[in-house]
Amino acid sequence: MPWLSSPLLTVENLTMRFGGLVAVNAFSFMVGRGDITALIGPNGAGKTTVFNCVTGFYKPTEGRLALARDGVVTEADLETVTHASGRHATTANGELFLLERMPDHEIARKARVARTFQNIRLFQGMTALENLLVAHHNPLMRASGMTVLGLIGAPSYRRREAEAIEKAKYWLDKIGLMDRADDPAGELPYGAQRRLEIARAMCTEPVLLCLDEPAAGLNPRESADLSALLRSIRADHMTSVLLIEHDMSVVMQISDHVVVLDYGMKIADGTPEEVRADPKVIAAYLGVADEEEVESIEKELEQ
Amino acid sequence: MTAAPQSTTAVAKTGETSAAPFLIALRNAFAAALVAFGLCFPIVSYHAEANINNELVLTGRWPLSIGVSVLVFAYVLFRQMSPPDWRLWFDRVGSVAAGGMGGALVEAAREGEGVAPPSRARLSFSKWFGPFALGFVVLYPLIMLGLLGPAGSLKWINNYGVQIMIYVMLGWGLNIVVGLAGLLDLGYVAFYAVGAYSYALLSTTYGLSFWVCLPLAGVLAAMWGVILGFPVLRLRGDYLAIVTLAFGEIVRLVLINWVDFTNGYAGISGIPHVSFFGIPFNDDENGFAAIFHLPYSPIYRTIFLFYLILALALLTNFITLRLRRLPIGRAWEALREDEIACRSLGINTTTTKLTAFALGAMFGGFAGSFFSVRQGFVSPESFTFMESATILAIVVLGGMGSQLGVAIAAAVMIGAPELMRELDWMKQIFGPDFDPTQYRMLLFGAAMVVMMIWKPRGLVSTRAPSIFLKEQKAVSGDYVKEGHG
Repeated sequence: MPWLSSPLLTVENLTMRFGGLVAVNAFSFMVGRGDITALIGPNGAGKTTVFNCVTGFYKPTEGRLALARDGVVTEADLETVTHASGRHATTANGELFLLERMPDHEIARKARVARTFQNIRLFQGMTALENLLVAHHNPLMRASGMTVLGLIGAPSYRRREAEAIEKAKYWLDKIGLMDRADDPAGELPYGAQRRLEIARAMCTEPVLLCLDEPAAGLNPRESADLSALLRSIRADHMTSVLLIEHDMSVVMQISDHVVVLDYGMKIADGTPEEVRADPKVIAAYLGVADEEEVESIEKELEQ
Repeated sequence: MTAAPQSTTAVAKTGETSAAPFLIALRNAFAAALVAFGLCFPIVSYHAEANINNELVLTGRWPLSIGVSVLVFAYVLFRQMSPPDWRLWFDRVGSVAAGGMGGALVEAAREGEGVAPPSRARLSFSKWFGPFALGFVVLYPLIMLGLLGPAGSLKWINNYGVQIMIYVMLGWGLNIVVGLAGLLDLGYVAFYAVGAYSYALLSTTYGLSFWVCLPLAGVLAAMWGVILGFPVLRLRGDYLAIVTLAFGEIVRLVLINWVDFTNGYAGISGIPHVSFFGIPFNDDENGFAAIFHLPYSPIYRTIFLFYLILALALLTNFITLRLRRLPIGRAWEALREDEIACRSLGINTTTTKLTAFALGAMFGGFAGSFFSVRQGFVSPESFTFMESATILAIVVLGGMGSQLGVAIAAAVMIGAPELMRELDWMKQIFGPDFDPTQYRMLLFGAAMVVMMIWKPRGLVSTRAPSIFLKEQKAVSGDYVKEGHG
């Protein structure tokens, strides 16, 4: 279990209650550095709620979400920062963040967690290029001297902007949208919009990229392209990926680690092979109560 | 009257297959006339008038109601009996006559547009039209002076030129908040008032000059923008609109009731007039006219005011255009498109919204201090909700986010009602009792309705991208969001 030795994100006892409804119940898992981790489960299992907690869109009711941005941190460091009142600590191995204490935009800016959405959230009236440049907001804002230097057109800002454009071009090229850079995002086909949203998230230079159903609505060919893109993101950009996905072909093909959630509780955690063979997972997906029933259904299917 | 032709259309279509079209048409026409009469009964049939003892008396206008009903009857009858290709024409006439509320015209207009592909022609139009319009505006006072002389041109430069330019500037200022950041602000006039009172109070109390007060007024207005911004940041859409509206009213009520400070309803008078960098515009020997060896005329002051507001407006425009290309401007537009996505990209939406509020308010403050230096008198009367509504209407009519559109809309919205005053010659046609100014608001409303039917996204409905790789293509208004609040 490589993710236990070098975790990037450690989620412990995550609980999220909405009034009387317990959406996520004492859920613990780890995201390994450099891994592609898949979070799967039937509809309504609480996967997106976990995502919203990790990215700060929800404040979890209970739990600790520790992100060791730069390297492995010791248990002692983690304890120290938990008992301190701050949101993050600088340890011997770099920065450690407690995500449950941070607002969403700080998680994106400081802890460097980027995300995409289940229903695509592009800036539809802005061009593909503009979408990618908005993702460079914080470095460009600093370079423009909080707008003052930018207003007078300082050369330092222009250089930085040119770099941002180069980077945007790199991503446009990578997702095959170079020719449509000047078209509004809303005009692009669905598959291209999905890719553009991933590229936009990558432009913030994240250490962890959270993808909420990236293959939803894609045809098999586009799914294969997506798998290739995600592999290259991990290989070329040192970005770990956490994804929610229903398309099992994508999940089994690319993920190193699969966590299964059902009714807000973890029912399996392991490599794709282990999870695939787990009777509890099969039971959850088939919607039956116990493992004996699964066996009988499997027999029926074989006949 | 609107409902009648519409409701019968559907009935007519289902009935057409049966044997007696004339009878069906007759029946529909009769039903429509009945509905029209019913609608006329409470609003047209009686007219309340004050008699000589100042009592309200009702005078019957039954012939008018009956006339309208007959008209509707004839219209529906002819429409249904006419060949199909005439019907479209009938529908258009009908919907315009009914105040444009009929859906037919909207349908026709949409049919023509479809989902418009990005129009390049329109973008190139705005490319040459902008500089042309700017050239005209710069030369405008001189052209008027040449054509009409000092006495005749005063009205044209003051009532049209300066007045329109103030609203262009206010429109451009509000455009940052509403058009770019997508925050619906119904209380913009509050910042205009803050600017106006800042100059009025600072100059009358401390004797500060206009050039010192101008930035101070901007800073004070921006400060109030932030003060308003903080509590309303979490609100969106209708709620934001209501709270900003209330804020505008609060500012006005404070100006009325804090008599010690603002002199209440009476307002502040005797505000120092603008001077030409220290040289006053009067008929002294130290006055502008004497120093430049010109015959004395009030026109010089007006021309100076015109160029002053033009410079302020152009400054607003320049900064806004510049900001659109900077990260802050892109963040505003991104905020308008999708706030949640902004937060996921690490954009602090709180400060982004506050900067939009503060900058918009600052330009409002500049315009306000210009207003008080021009008038020499300020009172709460000038800062009613009607002003906010007018400025917002300018931004919406112009096409949200478009600088050129806002300028054209300001010229139309402010210039056209003024122009209606010039229609005295119509008295020769309609007799001496005819007063064209009374119809100003009517025609104005009709123009607005027609505008909203033909161009629901404003005069310039496309968005120009802030940056491009190969070519700048206008983004169709269908994709651009209006913001949620």
